[in-house]
Amino acid sequence: MTNITTRQYSLERKKQRYAYTFLIIPMLFYIGIRFYPTFYAFYLSFTDWNIVSKNMHFIGLENYRRLISDEVFWQTLKNTFTYVIWGLPISLLLGFTLAYHIDRVKVGESIYKAMYFVPYITSMVAVAWVWRWLYQPVPIGVFNNLLTAMGLPTQPFLMSKTQALPSILATTIWADLGFQMIIFLAGIKAISPTLFEAARIDGANERQVLFSITLPLLKPTMIFLLITGTIRYLRIFTQVMNMTFQGEGGPLNSTKPLVLYIYTSAFKSFKMGYASAMTVVLFVIILIITLIQMVVTRDEN
Amino acid sequence: MKTKRQIQNLIRHILLFIFGVAMLFPFLWMIATSMKTGSEVYTLSLFPKNPSLKNYVRLFESGNFPFWFLNSMYVGLVVTLSVLFFDSLVGYTLCKFNFKGKKLIFVLILSTMMIPTEMLVIPWYIMSTKVGWLDTYWGIIFPGLMSGFGTFLMKSFFEGVPNDLLDAGRIDGLGEFRIWYKIAMPLVRPALSALAIFTFIGNWNAFLWPLIIVNQIHRYTLPVGLSFFNGEFQTKWEMVMTGASVATIPVFIVFLIFQRQIVQGIALTGVKE
Repeated sequence: MTNITTRQYSLERKKQRYAYTFLIIPMLFYIGIRFYPTFYAFYLSFTDWNIVSKNMHFIGLENYRRLISDEVFWQTLKNTFTYVIWGLPISLLLGFTLAYHIDRVKVGESIYKAMYFVPYITSMVAVAWVWRWLYQPVPIGVFNNLLTAMGLPTQPFLMSKTQALPSILATTIWADLGFQMIIFLAGIKAISPTLFEAARIDGANERQVLFSITLPLLKPTMIFLLITGTIRYLRIFTQVMNMTFQGEGGPLNSTKPLVLYIYTSAFKSFKMGYASAMTVVLFVIILIITLIQMVVTRDEN
Repeated sequence: MKTKRQIQNLIRHILLFIFGVAMLFPFLWMIATSMKTGSEVYTLSLFPKNPSLKNYVRLFESGNFPFWFLNSMYVGLVVTLSVLFFDSLVGYTLCKFNFKGKKLIFVLILSTMMIPTEMLVIPWYIMSTKVGWLDTYWGIIFPGLMSGFGTFLMKSFFEGVPNDLLDAGRIDGLGEFRIWYKIAMPLVRPALSALAIFTFIGNWNAFLWPLIIVNQIHRYTLPVGLSFFNGEFQTKWEMVMTGASVATIPVFIVFLIFQRQIVQGIALTGVKE
């Protein structure tokens, strides 16, 4: 008896040793490439460092003070939230509508899924350039050519201070709604068929089924999509950089999101400390949203 | 009543199909234009009169584009192999072993998913300048060697591997590394292929970090090259569309082959990259 327990004990010891061996390199990676840089970013945000001058001064909250009086920062923050507030609800609504109808067709489901989902997995850079070309003025741009062919006035799209952001947003929604559709569809399929059956026996019509069974039971799916979507739209960058003149988020910063301002501050103006302060702001916003998700989903359970 | 439902269904199909084609319209236009030459580029025809692959030939013969393509392939493959190896090893360890600090390590790895890449790129860049990783493949690759998401995914899949099988391996005298590699890994193959597809596509499309770390034009990845394409080709839109097609078509092919795994994987985890 004692013999067996000591053997088991030594086996457990051996397994522990293996576990630590397997985890050494990964832990070094996570500490060195994830945690240390995170703290480093916080630290940088309290310095005036730019990569050109070699000396770095600790300046406390000066970067954050400067941010508060930086008009471009507020403009980019406003733009970022405009992307979130318009883009997310529209792509959620379209994604749900598609999922609802694709769920009800008996043949061709996978073809429809593919058609709507493909934009989501393709390169955003490629997609942004295709759309940039579609938005060009006549004689190049397809949209304006179509407008002319229909006898309608041409539009400036990306050249206009008021139309540029909605134009980029349209591309973003187009690329994004397939994701919402796939998740909604999985959510709908996970609802027990007996519930729909019971509702039908009770004589509920389609609208009643939708509002009293499908939508309420999709609440966890919607919370998930709302949170992940908010974070995705907050991080908009690639499409704006590739669809605006010289990647500057113009005209006149009208489309520039926070991440693009971070990028240009850090890697065009080399204001590393200042840009780091902005990444801290982004981090805090994302942290708050993640915490909200944790609280809400905990209440759900 | 039955005919009413049939008509409803037909309308549903027609609308889904029309909107679906509208969704694909930018891609159709992109591919059509990539096969046009000369003055036909700016005509509104979806079917080129003399479709040719001349633009593709020109693209692959021109200086840097082949490098970009190969760089993206190389980076994507190395990162994917590394992620498959480490994420599954760590996920397995966190699932099947008991040791002090296990919970803490798991929570720490999970919490890295909350850190936005945008916050890390500035420190990564500074670290890279200090150790000379600018303009190197290693510089592009190192931040993606492991992922919290993949570890989490693999851990939850290893839960389904019965411990008895692993113990049987121990009785047969296999070492722990071999038990993982020979017994556990083959049982989670679907999860591995899903993780591989996501990781490769994510890296194939990755833009922000390669844009920052690479300055020499022959070290660009495909997305970075595409974004500076106009400079190289002087707004020759048919060439831009050809480049965009080359970036897009491999993903289409992967998607068509692995559609089921991709859709299931996305639905299961709901996360990209």
